[in-house]
Amino acid sequence: MVQALGHTTIGIVRDLGRAGWFLLYSFYMIVRRPPSLVYILKQLRFIGTKSLFVIVLTAGFTGMVLGLQGYYTLTKFGSEGMLGTAVALSLIRELGPVLAALMVTGRAGSAITAEIGIMRITEQIDALETMALDPFKYLVTPKFIAAMISLPLLCAIFDVIGIYGGWLVGVKLLGVNPGAYFYEMEKSVVWRDVYSGFLKSFSFGVIIAWIGCYKGYYAGHGAEGVSKATTESVVLTSVIILIWDYFLTSVLL
Amino acid sequence: MITLRNVHKSFGAQKVLDGLDLDIPDGKITAIIGPSGEGKSVLLKHLIGLLQPDSGTVEVDGESILNLRRSDLNGIREKFGMLFQNVALFDSMNVFENVAFPLEEKTSLSKEEIRERVLSALEDVGLKNIENKFPDELSGGMKKRVGLARAVVLNPKIILFDEPTTGLDPIIKRAIHQLIKDTHDKFGFTAVIVSHEIPEIFDVAQNVAMLFRGKILQHGTSDEIRNSDHPAIRQFISGSLDGPIQMA
Repeated sequence: MVQALGHTTIGIVRDLGRAGWFLLYSFYMIVRRPPSLVYILKQLRFIGTKSLFVIVLTAGFTGMVLGLQGYYTLTKFGSEGMLGTAVALSLIRELGPVLAALMVTGRAGSAITAEIGIMRITEQIDALETMALDPFKYLVTPKFIAAMISLPLLCAIFDVIGIYGGWLVGVKLLGVNPGAYFYEMEKSVVWRDVYSGFLKSFSFGVIIAWIGCYKGYYAGHGAEGVSKATTESVVLTSVIILIWDYFLTSVLL
Repeated sequence: MITLRNVHKSFGAQKVLDGLDLDIPDGKITAIIGPSGEGKSVLLKHLIGLLQPDSGTVEVDGESILNLRRSDLNGIREKFGMLFQNVALFDSMNVFENVAFPLEEKTSLSKEEIRERVLSALEDVGLKNIENKFPDELSGGMKKRVGLARAVVLNPKIILFDEPTTGLDPIIKRAIHQLIKDTHDKFGFTAVIVSHEIPEIFDVAQNVAMLFRGKILQHGTSDEIRNSDHPAIRQFISGSLDGPIQMA
């Protein structure tokens, strides 16, 4: 019993140390031996451009449901004119960064783990090592850079589409004054709200690339190992994003 | 010369290498034979630092490759090329890009020079007009040959072959063996081949080492091993079920 507990504890500490080293070494490699632009652009296309559709779709419906729920709540206080503010602040400060990150985790984070995991089990990573090439430069750091650039941009798109989703429901369907919707929003949203959202997105980008690459890099044996790594990657990334979001919000408030 | 001394390696409770000693001479083809699951691929991965022993020493040209910084280890790895058991071609790249990749990353050759070197390496292994194909469009034998072209394209001093003919038909097997001999004669590299191909491997390799129970049972010229009196080697060569080698 004590021995099993000891083994588990050692295992957890070893995994944490390895994951921490992985993150630090990734940043070291970004600075020391930056990847070529071609690899970064490829990943920008994969993580950023190809996530656009799902981001636009999610953002539209999130904004619309916020418009509905916000209208329902604000009417109780006779403040439906504040709908624009409610939708914008919810999106810019919280829902935009978090939902965009969760969508990218499901779409791109899982694919990153699967891609690197398959390269691990088919010895393609070993092949890079035997050529005296650092796999991080080709497989890991381009994904880190692309995720750090893509996530804030996707978040910005999420915010804009979401705000127009709220406008569509609030103004066009429920009859909120269009002037009030945008005027109140402009009055109450400050730069600090916007950059705290971007800061969150940026850090979520790091988390998605970090966990996605790490889980793939150390995937177990065979198809089962890759499948397990992919599932763990999505779950762990989502959980870390939500926990990190709480801490960041409490600091940035 | 690659030298291994008293190398031990275990995975959990399973002891794979148990005080192994081996000298691999320069410029020759050395084959490592032995029953399946005895750790031949593990041994090969120790030679290039993909695995580190639990204890013992591994030296390449007198330099230890253990506990080195990545940059120092990469310096030693530049002497090596490797053909993996499953070839390990980059599946998102076509044949040309696979063979060109080490040249693009490790040399300052122009695009034109790289193109020439790649086409020449592919021609050396008997492949033409397949540059634009992707690995999943190739047969097993073709993949092995592309892997060999990629392994020799930088003219390494040492090439490691991990079961280069496993899963191929007898004619392709013979063709791959001949190709290894021909490229070895042309470039003069040190070759280490992990193989199960008995008796063909005796005609390919100049030296043969038999791995059994984590140790090198006997190491000598092909003829010495072929005519060995050791019961395990005799059993392995004859493929008999009776003898010291028992199926797990």
